[in-house]
Amino acid sequence: MDSAREMRHLPSITDILRSVLEGQRLGENAAAALFHSSDFLTIGAAAAEIRKRFHPAGHVTYVIDRNINYTNICVSGCTFCAFYRSPGMSDAYVLSRRELAQKIKETVELGGTQILLQGGLHPDLRLQFYCDMLRFIKREFKIHIHGFSPPEIVHFARLNAMPVSDVISRLHRAGLDTIPGGGAEILTERVRCEISPNKCSAREWLDVMRVAHDAGMRTTATMMFAHKEAYEDRIEHLARVRELQDSTHGFTAFIPWTFQPLNTQIGGMPAGGVEYLKTLAISRLFLDNVPNIQASWVTQGSKIAQLALRFGANDLGSTMIEENVVRAAGARFRMSLSEMRDIIEDAGFVPRQRDCYYNLIENPRTGRP
Amino acid sequence: MITELIEKSEVADVYHKVQEGRRLSREDGMRLYRTHDILTLGHMANIARERKNGGVAYYIVNFHINYSNICKNKCRFCAFSRKGPEEDGAYEMTMDEIMERAKRVRTLGATEIHIVGGAHPSWPFSRYLEMIGKLHDAFPDVHLQAFTAVEIAHIAEMAGLSVTETLDQLKKAGLGSLPGGGAEVFSQRVRAEVCPEKLSAEKWLEVMREAHRFGLRSNATMLYGHIETEEERIDHMLRLRELQDETDGFMSFIPLAFHPANTQMSDKSPTTGFLDLKTLAIGRLMLDNFEHIKAFWIMLGIKLAQVSLWFGVDDIDGTVVEERITHAAGAETPQGLTVEELKRLIVEAGRVPVERDTLYRVIRRGIPRADHDV
Repeated sequence: MDSAREMRHLPSITDILRSVLEGQRLGENAAAALFHSSDFLTIGAAAAEIRKRFHPAGHVTYVIDRNINYTNICVSGCTFCAFYRSPGMSDAYVLSRRELAQKIKETVELGGTQILLQGGLHPDLRLQFYCDMLRFIKREFKIHIHGFSPPEIVHFARLNAMPVSDVISRLHRAGLDTIPGGGAEILTERVRCEISPNKCSAREWLDVMRVAHDAGMRTTATMMFAHKEAYEDRIEHLARVRELQDSTHGFTAFIPWTFQPLNTQIGGMPAGGVEYLKTLAISRLFLDNVPNIQASWVTQGSKIAQLALRFGANDLGSTMIEENVVRAAGARFRMSLSEMRDIIEDAGFVPRQRDCYYNLIENPRTGRP
Repeated sequence: MITELIEKSEVADVYHKVQEGRRLSREDGMRLYRTHDILTLGHMANIARERKNGGVAYYIVNFHINYSNICKNKCRFCAFSRKGPEEDGAYEMTMDEIMERAKRVRTLGATEIHIVGGAHPSWPFSRYLEMIGKLHDAFPDVHLQAFTAVEIAHIAEMAGLSVTETLDQLKKAGLGSLPGGGAEVFSQRVRAEVCPEKLSAEKWLEVMREAHRFGLRSNATMLYGHIETEEERIDHMLRLRELQDETDGFMSFIPLAFHPANTQMSDKSPTTGFLDLKTLAIGRLMLDNFEHIKAFWIMLGIKLAQVSLWFGVDDIDGTVVEERITHAAGAETPQGLTVEELKRLIVEAGRVPVERDTLYRVIRRGIPRADHDV
């Protein structure tokens, strides 16, 4: 290993990790050295230490929410997606108001505090449709709406011939609270051209987030990896998120997850646990300005998600009363609230429910933390 | 690992013992189970692993024949067994069916057939001898790893023979080694509750002692994640370590995660990732006289089995085609991995894949063509 390292002129990973623990910012070359190292236990231990500095109380948080996909009709045709349908296909749908209300009602009854509202890029629905939907939800329910990832917002802007900032401000006024970081995939144009050529560009994705942050809205950021990208693409992705965060401080959390190949055009075998945990740990080390790192139990299963809590993650995301997109691509993991709390405690942490801003809250139904 | 972080760990003193190659005590094992510092634990187990097996990760091309699920024991953790042929879902293979199944040895390029079944209440000894004899005649170059200590004791009883005589005849017929199943947890308390009809811990160990004395090597398992305590797990490991000091006949230790679905203990939760990795890592650390620690990926899931290669494990078993016992208990893993998939998992984890035979002799070593662009 040492000779290989010399050939690439990379510093030893212990030196890199020591400097990060001393408060130095992780550079892109150093991040590359970490990605190329197989010593993921050491990388994980450093990430765990940094995590502890961000979250000294030892809480691991989760949110109770429901993923509501208002439509599966999508014109994007991404090669990694098994969820979308073209208009006119027999199993294409747009949720009715009644279905929407029923799903939200159930969410509230289960102690839920938010909905994650996302859908395909529908070719016909106008912005007014989405604003009406938001107003309807806010009129009927006291619930946080985390909705419309950047590809949807860029799509609305194009379809309605309107600047992104106007789209965001109209959605915001209609009741949209925060924006999920989905659709980031890998934020380099090379990779996007290959896997999602019709989806918004990396530049557009980042612009939506900048505009939203400037408008006072918080958002998350995701990264979908282990498909067609190289380590350098992952690093560029992390660097772009960190750079924007330096200027806006609008990201609440970073959520890396692995590509799920079943029923997709890319296909292949899912990445193993080592690749996921290593990438998660490097994300924790690299994103020194993002407070929360979320583990993805939906794509990794509860065992790897639990381990992720010792590799830098401090949040288990949503209990996912309903999830459709990843399930279509073969992930079939399920987790109940009690199981989620159990695995957090088993890993030596204190489980706490949170809201979308990562504030700790009491369960609205039981009144317990 | 970064020294400063290890020194801060609550198990730093155990780490120093491992570094110095000293044998761990019962108390050390208990403390390792209680720590949440799973990365330091993994790091220690990795030191022990690399001392014995370097960066190698073994796999074997094999398949299972579960000849019958009819079993006189009614273990509460089992979703596979049936009381008698009349019970719904009961099956027993005819000799022709077994031979038909065994033909896949050739298509798979398998070096081992792994044969395990229930303690069948009426099969005569001749049937087991015939099974082993016919398989051995048909595939003389294929290793037959067959019959857990539980089956051996049962077969001996059916035959009215001593364990030694039974083993002798089976070995002459072509038996190559014994799998490690049926050990469960040695604690009398646990066995009385979850598998009261099954042979005692003492008897299990006695069969293994006899087998080892006879030149038949074996593996050893531990079924964890049901009602056993941490002490009982450590004591199980210590009894194995003691016998191994005496016979040196065990090849690998295989912790088996309990799968509750469809069993009489379906109210239990499945094991957590922490418990799985702790048990593998502690197994590696406590069993300093075992050469190999195996993660049975069928039970752990593929992702966790891969991670375990850094937590003491040096063997991720085989391309088990049609495994029935764990799948009866709701395991969601696929029933077989191709050799290419298995190798890719190993390489992705930064280990060197080595195909082994049953006795851990190297068949093929190498890194497959990279078809994954990361």
